[in-house]
Amino acid sequence: MATDIIIHDEKDNVGVVVIDKISPKQDCACWIMENDKTIQIQSVDEIQLGHKIAMVDLNEGDTILKYGHDIGKVVKSIKKGEHVHVHNVKTKKW
Amino acid sequence: MEIPKSFLGYKRENDRVGTRNHVIILPVDDISNACAEAVANNIKGTMALPHSYGRLQFGADLDLHFRTMIGTGKNPNVAAVIVIGIEPKWTKRIVDEIAKTGKPVEGFHIERTGDIGTIMKASKKAQEFAMWASEKQREECPLSDLWISVKCGESDTTSGLAANPTVGNLMDKLEPLGVHLCFGETSELTGAEKVCATRGATPEASKKFMKTWSDYNDFILKEATDDLSDSQPTAGNIAGGLTTIEEKAFGNFQKIGNCKFIDVLEPAEEPTKGKGLYFMDTSSAAAECITLQAAAGFNIHLFPTGQGNIVGNPIEPVVKLTANPLTVKGMGEHIDCDVSKILSREMSMSEAGDELIKSMIRVANGRLTCAETLGHKEFVMTKLYRSA
Repeated sequence: MATDIIIHDEKDNVGVVVIDKISPKQDCACWIMENDKTIQIQSVDEIQLGHKIAMVDLNEGDTILKYGHDIGKVVKSIKKGEHVHVHNVKTKKW
Repeated sequence: MEIPKSFLGYKRENDRVGTRNHVIILPVDDISNACAEAVANNIKGTMALPHSYGRLQFGADLDLHFRTMIGTGKNPNVAAVIVIGIEPKWTKRIVDEIAKTGKPVEGFHIERTGDIGTIMKASKKAQEFAMWASEKQREECPLSDLWISVKCGESDTTSGLAANPTVGNLMDKLEPLGVHLCFGETSELTGAEKVCATRGATPEASKKFMKTWSDYNDFILKEATDDLSDSQPTAGNIAGGLTTIEEKAFGNFQKIGNCKFIDVLEPAEEPTKGKGLYFMDTSSAAAECITLQAAAGFNIHLFPTGQGNIVGNPIEPVVKLTANPLTVKGMGEHIDCDVSKILSREMSMSEAGDELIKSMIRVANGRLTCAETLGHKEFVMTKLYRSA
């Protein structure tokens, strides 16, 4: 089955869309690079190639994990399957 | 894949090897650009490297200017050099250092002669150099004569997923063969700095990296008027799905694979600890970074991009790769190596690394890069502060 989303590390709470786009309520196949597992998620938003999807519900103040590492903080709560980007996540640096 | 053991390069007088055979006309300062460009226009087979600085600089900024000028002339991709400056003293200083490589170099100063007289004298010498260099032949050289620099640009999430790890795969495969490797982009390791520091080959290298990163970060915090969200990540990065500097940094960091860096270099500093991976303190702006790496003696460059950075360098060929299928489709004339099949899982990381090794060796052997054929030769000096 084709891969719609790639996740770097098992610990990550976001994945990256690797097809042109995913549509709302699409059942997506996610491949975890670190352990070669495949999991499923249903999207909420339309999300473009290269953009991130939340793999779990996230609350304000939570840390986004990608590559198994901290890449920023949630500034507006995010539901599983929603688009994760500059509108709901900010840097902890600068 | 069995990795080729050799490539065809130009052996230089100091035993370094070039992937190119340029005769350059190097202006010492901004006001000598016109003269240098006139000489390059007169004499085919030469290339002027105009730039914006070189007057009234002082201290560390002046040292960096000289290091960049001298290093550019010394680079083994350069067969011979004409140096043109307004004044004799700084011109001679650059000529004398380049001459230590044993390559032909001659300096001219404009004061008391004027542009026209200088152009005539320098053109005669440039013609002699160009004709001499044109007889140089490529010879078989061990792969360890490759000094490979890397820098990513206009990154997106496909860079961190695929294009940058492809470069990392190449590093893991070529490091044991004795190549020199260099990564930089101090500011773009922000968020991944502590993880990067653990990749020092010695405690000294790790400590030196953390000090270099902290100094750069302090400078950014001192000058910043906002959270840098208009600059780092760039609008292009954000359009491509990158959200924060930390995310960009971890993607960036994939370029070094599992290698450890043996030393931390000043901008444009030539490595002296032998084969292996070096970190260089550079800005993350593409042309500035590559200009510094070329001045340190690196002779071929790998440039992974996501959204499609188009940078080139006058003396160091820049091999571009991308994993973003939209970039391949929309601006394929800039992409030397397409690894977009990693995303559809039709290509493994190891296969992508092999493809990049093949592309790089073809370019080392003389195949023109996309950037070379499109005329990209961005030569951009790093300036540390205002002149006096």
